[in-house]
Amino acid sequence: MLAYLIRRLTSLILSLAVASAVIFLVVEVAPGDPASYMLGINAQPETIAALRSELGLDQPKLHRYLSWAGGMLSGDFGTSYTYRSPVSDMVAERLWISLPLALYALALTVLLAFPAGLIAAAYRGRPSDMGVMAASQLGVAIPNFWFAMLLVLLFAIKWRLFPSGGFPGWDNPIKAINALTLPAIALALPQAAILARVLRSSLIETLSEDYIRTARAKGLSRAQTLWRHGVRNALIPVLTIIGLQFSFLIAGAIIIEQVFYLPGLGRLIFQSISQRDLIVVESVVMLLVFAVILVNFLTDVAYALADPRLRRR
Amino acid sequence: MTRSNRNLIFGTALTVVFLGAALLSFVWTPGDVTALDIPARLQSPGVDHLLGTDHFGRDILSMLMVGARTSIAVALIAVGIGLTLGVPLGLAAASRSGGWLDELISRSADLIFAFPSLVIAILITAILGPGAVNAILAIGIFNIPVFARLTRGAALSLWTRDFVLAARVAGKGRIRISAEHILPNIANLLIVQSTIQFSLGILAEAGLSYVGLGAQPPLPSWGRMLADAQTLVTLAPHVALIPGLTIVFMVLGLNLLGDGLRDHFDPRLRVFRT
Repeated sequence: MLAYLIRRLTSLILSLAVASAVIFLVVEVAPGDPASYMLGINAQPETIAALRSELGLDQPKLHRYLSWAGGMLSGDFGTSYTYRSPVSDMVAERLWISLPLALYALALTVLLAFPAGLIAAAYRGRPSDMGVMAASQLGVAIPNFWFAMLLVLLFAIKWRLFPSGGFPGWDNPIKAINALTLPAIALALPQAAILARVLRSSLIETLSEDYIRTARAKGLSRAQTLWRHGVRNALIPVLTIIGLQFSFLIAGAIIIEQVFYLPGLGRLIFQSISQRDLIVVESVVMLLVFAVILVNFLTDVAYALADPRLRRR
Repeated sequence: MTRSNRNLIFGTALTVVFLGAALLSFVWTPGDVTALDIPARLQSPGVDHLLGTDHFGRDILSMLMVGARTSIAVALIAVGIGLTLGVPLGLAAASRSGGWLDELISRSADLIFAFPSLVIAILITAILGPGAVNAILAIGIFNIPVFARLTRGAALSLWTRDFVLAARVAGKGRIRISAEHILPNIANLLIVQSTIQFSLGILAEAGLSYVGLGAQPPLPSWGRMLADAQTLVTLAPHVALIPGLTIVFMVLGLNLLGDGLRDHFDPRLRVFRT
């Protein structure tokens, strides 16, 4: 187990190093100099040069990369060019919207997908199965930002059950959760459709195993067999997909935040790109990639703990 | 009619309709997509305008037809990028299984998978500038590891088969075997995955153009039609409903086609969806 952990950890660190280099390079090739952007078109060349040196933009690229990446390791994300405030503060503030939104959506995904997948597998080939499959086929095909617009039209404008956008802050948790409900549903739908399918096919595969027949033969009811022996064993591929879906929820949130005018990480990225606040862009994207790589790493380790056979790979 | 047959037929029909509409738009559309006709704005679907008009009085059907061109072109070229780069990489990795090349290709694919694709697509288009070409690039890059992984996995199992051994005994090199024996045997799999990536590309393009990073005006695009419709949705729901449904049917058609083809080629075939 220790050898496996070391190997996985090395590849985790390597991935992060390569990812940070790629992000730095991509952002660096961006046309437009932050210093001249901030000072406007009438700025004197000397003023621009002075600001460039103040922001550290005149340092060699390798030096800047190392100080940025090194800073991130110690929790220092640098200072925003535009707002002159620490990027970590800006990120922390937005994270309080984006992270709860992603987790909320993940919870809804699981809540929707599990019963649907279970029913579909238990009643394979019957009308309820076909209904679930048709719904999931549709769920995969619906662009989530459009679904979000429909939700706003129905639940916010017509029936006035939820706000149509904006975020009131966490001072009033009920209001805050209300504001995140429609965005979370919009994010969850396509992912729930995918997850329900995965759960269904994984369950169907498991239910054809010999030990299921044995369980039935020893007198367990269909429901007992399904629950005790089917679901448990079918869960492994399902958990992998849930881990992967986390990254889709984070990415999807960027567009959904635009629909609902939520001041989360997505809006921060867009805003920073248009202001050429490169250090914020780099840091936020790196943070998202880090979150995804970390979730995948934890999923892998959890499996290895549960199933010794997986450690050998 | 079996289920897979039904999928294949519906999927093909929907896809053909959209491809046909896109092609037709090169020679004919019911209305002019750049001419403004403000007095006729936000008309509901009717005789004059089959699917109604938008806030500038432009014919929605015509805009959807021209928009289909953009969506399809972006998604199709992005699939092309994935195939032309990903398949050779996957073949190369499988032919040198366990070697440093395999290791390099596989690890790189893993790494690209770790990036939330939409985040990077937004980054690329935001930095290189919005537009159809950069949208193609942003979507296409993420198709490469999908095809590389799929090809490698499928090719690996073929390399253990007797007919490949026979080809090796006959003195064929790894490249020739990959091209003459491996590739034809995984073509079906690649076709099915291509339809799925095509549909994902349509969705990604719609998302990018919705946030203003896809094809730029005056070129109509489905995503931007929805962005424009967002503030009008209470006044004239059809301006939001119709382009949205268009995307749903296009994607649904491609997914059904993919499922149908998979069942048609080999019922046991498993294509992964991400």
